[in-house]
Amino acid sequence: MVPLEWYLVLAAALFCTGVYGVLSRRSAVAVLMGVELMLNAVIINLVAFWRYLEPGAATGQAFALFVYAVAAAEAAVGLALIIAVWRTRDTVILEDIDLLKG
Amino acid sequence: MSILNLAWLIPLFPFTAFVAISMFAYRNHKLSHQLAIGGMAIAFVLSQIVFWAAVLLPVGGREHAFESTLVPWLPTGLEVFSLGVYIDPATAVMLFMVPLVCLMIFIYSVGYMHGDPRYSRFFAYMSLCATGMLGMIVFNNLLAFFIFWEIMGTSAYLLIGFWYEEKSAVQAGLKAFLVTKVGNLFLMLGLVLLYSEVGSLAYRDIFDLETLEHLAHTPFLGTQWSMATVIALLLFGGTIGKSAQFPLHVWLPDAMVAPTPASALIHAATVDSAGIFLMVRAFPLFVAVEGGPQVAIVAAIGAFTVVLSSIIAIAQNDIKRVVAFSTISQLGYMVAALGIGAYVAGAFHLITHAFFKALLFLSLGSVTHSMEHGYRHAHAHYELEEDGIEGFDSHDMMSMGGLVRRTPHNFWTFLIGGLTLSGFPLITAGFWSKHEILEQAYELSLAVFWVLAVAAGLTAFYIMRQICLTFFGHPRTKAAEHAPKGEPSMTVPLTILAVFAVSLGWVGIPERFPVIGGLIPNWFHHFVGSTIEAGRAAKVAGHIAEPRHGFVWQPLAIGLIFKLGGLGLGWLVYGRKPMQAGETDRVEAAMRRVRLGWLYEAMRDRFYFDELYQATFVRGSILLADLFHLFDYKAVDGLVNLAGRAGRGISKVSGVLDLRVVDGLVNLAGLGMRALSDLSGVVDLKVVDGIVDGVGDTVRAGGRFIRPIQTGRAQNYLLLAFLMVLALVVMFFTILLLTT
Repeated sequence: MVPLEWYLVLAAALFCTGVYGVLSRRSAVAVLMGVELMLNAVIINLVAFWRYLEPGAATGQAFALFVYAVAAAEAAVGLALIIAVWRTRDTVILEDIDLLKG
Repeated sequence: MSILNLAWLIPLFPFTAFVAISMFAYRNHKLSHQLAIGGMAIAFVLSQIVFWAAVLLPVGGREHAFESTLVPWLPTGLEVFSLGVYIDPATAVMLFMVPLVCLMIFIYSVGYMHGDPRYSRFFAYMSLCATGMLGMIVFNNLLAFFIFWEIMGTSAYLLIGFWYEEKSAVQAGLKAFLVTKVGNLFLMLGLVLLYSEVGSLAYRDIFDLETLEHLAHTPFLGTQWSMATVIALLLFGGTIGKSAQFPLHVWLPDAMVAPTPASALIHAATVDSAGIFLMVRAFPLFVAVEGGPQVAIVAAIGAFTVVLSSIIAIAQNDIKRVVAFSTISQLGYMVAALGIGAYVAGAFHLITHAFFKALLFLSLGSVTHSMEHGYRHAHAHYELEEDGIEGFDSHDMMSMGGLVRRTPHNFWTFLIGGLTLSGFPLITAGFWSKHEILEQAYELSLAVFWVLAVAAGLTAFYIMRQICLTFFGHPRTKAAEHAPKGEPSMTVPLTILAVFAVSLGWVGIPERFPVIGGLIPNWFHHFVGSTIEAGRAAKVAGHIAEPRHGFVWQPLAIGLIFKLGGLGLGWLVYGRKPMQAGETDRVEAAMRRVRLGWLYEAMRDRFYFDELYQATFVRGSILLADLFHLFDYKAVDGLVNLAGRAGRGISKVSGVLDLRVVDGLVNLAGLGMRALSDLSGVVDLKVVDGIVDGVGDTVRAGGRFIRPIQTGRAQNYLLLAFLMVLALVVMFFTILLLTT
């Protein structure tokens, strides 16, 4: 059987890929995709820990489903925001969207 | 206690009458005279009780003076004056005389004052006057004596000025008050000296033998005169004023403007007698130093007054003034008698004089009263003149005459009074008292004796002249022709007084008098004399208490010659051939014939004493007052004005000072303040604002400094969040490692 640590390493790698995408990508859509990657890494962790540590309980699966739901909502909200920004400013490049600059 | 304690109440009743009349009854004439007479009658009854109690005290155990329980009266610094009654024989006989005479005068006043608008007031004043006299008699110390003495002086002032519509009445009242006040001043000084020396004014203390000895041997302020002499003379000053002795006799004749009953009260029963009573009271002091200068002074003043006033009386035409001068001269008799030491004789004459003088005054009051009515009557019928009652002097004897037929009762009472005054032998009281004085004077001082004897002759002469002018001959005016009889309220008191004026002498007939001596015991001498003879004062003044035994005929004979001679001469000149209307007075005519008219004028004008006093004392006082006024006007006012001017000057200087110096200082201070506030403005602008701006700038600089953190880029923020999470994780694990 594949040891737990491998799943954790995979999840960590996936998470780091997501973080890199979020921090480095210029397009807002790409950033949103990075966020999805990070959420998926979390789901992997949840399922892995449930399977290896508490296989009798259904909590891990339940949390995984919650995260999916949240990810779907987040994607919906995020995409809606991006469309709104696009409509008002004609861009989705995050560097141009700096209204909060001090 | 003894019944003599009743004496407390004697002055109370007339006083109550005075208060009641003046407070409640002044509108009701009848009630006021009832109150006054009622009060006096009760006082009279009480006095009689006290008198007889004093007389009938058992002879063996007799205290010569009774003193009641003392009541604390006036607290002074260290001591308390106590008040009580003091009854000795002198007091007792005065208590016999005063209320009786007062009562008669009061009853008489009912008729005399009838119809007067101030009828009630008159009775109030009379009651007050009687209160003063009675209070003066009964109390036991000289302070109370002095207080009542002054009450009497005040009421005399009120009575003399009673008819104050007349200017002369006002002036006479004032004169009486002020002239007596001169004497009172001396009396008061005497009291002060006495009190400072003895420490008490109670009779029992000051007439104590040891006290008298002490006073007699203490020199007065290092002079040769002893304290007793000086005090006696000062007290005598009071007598001079009150009893109208020379040189203060001038008030008495003027006092004749008073209503006649008031004159009778003042000159017979109260005020004038009070002065003599003071001498009787203080007699131990007068004789404390044997043969001291006070004897000569007092006797000389008394004797001189007697002669002076007798001479003046001869030339008076006012019926009342003659009696006034006779009063002065009779008072002089008493003063002279007491001065030479004839205590009993002086006191005796005081009592008899009160009766016959009241009788004379009231009789002549009736005469003038009748004259006024006669005048009204005559003029109602005939309308002779237009000028009414004002132009008519009812007191002028020259307008009388023949009144014996019109008013016979008056004639008899006046005759009795006149004869008693002149000392008509054997039957009248005046004879016995006057004879006693003459007898004692013959023994003690021949000079005084001769003066008194001559004066007795003069007295007899002028009283005979008065009787003849008033009652005999033909009426010289219509008024005298129509004078009516008196009313019963006036005639009854006259009769009673006349009885006493005659019979009172019988209690004092000397036992050694030929034929009738001893028929009636010489009660007065034993009773009154007992104070002096058996009293302690007798030891000091031993010489007066030894009556010569056996009868001395010279004084009697000489006295009789003068008295009867005077009466006879008076009858020869005025009675044998009565004066006609318009005739010059016969003495005046005779004197003018021998070129003595100036003397007669001097007599008529009372030897110009009034003018002299007017020119010296009165004018002097006014001049002094003017001088003071001038001084006030010039010096004091000048000083005040000067002070005012100086004040203004000072204020001007101070104004300048204010403008220049003070204002300058204030401005300087203002400028200083402005400079200071400018400075503080600069400090505000520079320092405080700087600090405030500095704070703002700092904050702004801080903001600028941390501004770049806020890039506005979402990724930067995310990076930071990651880094922070990483840092927290690292921290967590580090702590975990360290703790495990």
